[in-house]
Amino acid sequence: MFLAQQKPLEEILKSLVGEKNIFILGCNRCAEASGTGGDPQVLEMRKALERAGKEITGFSIVGFLCQKTLVQSSLQGKAKEVAAASSILAMSCGVGVQTVAAVSDKITHPAGNTIYLGKICGEWNVSMRCQECGNCVLDFTGGICPLTSCPKFLLNGTCGGTTREGKCEVDPEISCGWLLIYERLKKWGQLEKLQRIFEPEDHSKMLPLQGLPLSAR
Amino acid sequence: MGLQESLASDQFVVTSEIAPPKGTDVKEILAEAKRLGGRVEAINVSDSRSSIMRLGSLSVCHLLQEKGLEPIFQITCRDRNRLALQADLLSAAVLGVKNVLALTGDYASLGDHPQAKPVFDLDSVSLIRVIKKLEAGTDMVGNALSGRPKFFVGAVVNPGGNPVEAQIIKMEKKIRAGASFFQTQAIYDIGAFEKFMKRVAHFKVPVLAGIIPLKSAGMARFMNNNVAGIFIPEPLIQKMAKAEDRVKASVEIAADLIKELKGMCQGVHIMPIGWESKVPAVLDAANL
Repeated sequence: MFLAQQKPLEEILKSLVGEKNIFILGCNRCAEASGTGGDPQVLEMRKALERAGKEITGFSIVGFLCQKTLVQSSLQGKAKEVAAASSILAMSCGVGVQTVAAVSDKITHPAGNTIYLGKICGEWNVSMRCQECGNCVLDFTGGICPLTSCPKFLLNGTCGGTTREGKCEVDPEISCGWLLIYERLKKWGQLEKLQRIFEPEDHSKMLPLQGLPLSAR
Repeated sequence: MGLQESLASDQFVVTSEIAPPKGTDVKEILAEAKRLGGRVEAINVSDSRSSIMRLGSLSVCHLLQEKGLEPIFQITCRDRNRLALQADLLSAAVLGVKNVLALTGDYASLGDHPQAKPVFDLDSVSLIRVIKKLEAGTDMVGNALSGRPKFFVGAVVNPGGNPVEAQIIKMEKKIRAGASFFQTQAIYDIGAFEKFMKRVAHFKVPVLAGIIPLKSAGMARFMNNNVAGIFIPEPLIQKMAKAEDRVKASVEIAADLIKELKGMCQGVHIMPIGWESKVPAVLDAANL
């Protein structure tokens, strides 16, 4: 079973401060099944954002938001609407948000917190795994998850161990996650997001690997 | 004068570092500390440095205190969760330890227990915040403490880090979180360090430049290739390679670096890594 929650509207609106034109992407698989990213939710979100003064340039509900090719063709199909938007609001799990950010290279905001992917691997791209932390910070890290791209799960920026080649001190085969985040934020003109001090992760929001989530019992 | 008071004055401050033994035999390390203690303001005690399991920093800090020396308790996030970290901080306070260096820590895979489970429940920034909360009288979730600790909190920065801008942003975060002084990774490139210091001058927080005396040209090349943020220029490597007396050359290089650094920062942090006995010679040559 898949568990996700939509972020409170105030939090989503806070992430959209300074922006007017938004494109919404929903996910027709897991997010739809959990009631956080399918048809009715996307339309509801559009209404809520319009009430708050935003203009929704368009929307699309993709089969799998974690599938690069599907996302790419969907965005191409709505190229004009996407171009007219300053950012994309991705109503999906963390993998979907990261995929959209990587494929579109457009500022991408997460609409939800992923709690449990139900061991569904689906189409996910291994390099964009979601830690199911229940407190998605992708809005502050240029659409790249620091928990899965950094072996030390750092939330507050790079350790001193990034090599000259930009690789992680732990594994020279992998890029330093925070260097990737820094570069993406720089590209998107959002370097000031690196100044935010993050509280430590709430591990009680992260469910044990076995068994049903406590709240579902 | 203690470390905090010295850094507040115009003095050029020197700190150094020792690593506890792998075992319970503390005779040698206490003798080393005593030798250093006469020449430096305070001594860092590392926390299973490079993820090689060693006697804990806290106990050695306490032993140093007993001998009238001033320790700096290095605490990392590698091995302990937020409960253990808060407990250890309170323990440090009860044992009279005041100076704390808050670090994220090296990954376990780099050391001699690569099978260990990495914790990293907090990072250096959130750890600094937790320390300030304890000082203010509550634990990190807001429960009142019966008896509050008082610390002098330091952090690290890597002026040779990639990219430097990200290091400076994080340094600023650590200051906002409550860091009162910084020790840096080893400096060999004075020009780059000077540029870095100009960029952080407006933070008005004391910075102690790291010094690692070179043991050989081989060590220098190894560090260039394997230690992030360290860059040893070729002329220094050549000086070591051509030296007949490597210790003499090493001391000269370190002393020359310190002389140049004197005008740029508030002090130096000497990390001898086994060459603790050479530190007095370095300080003599640097007129400190």
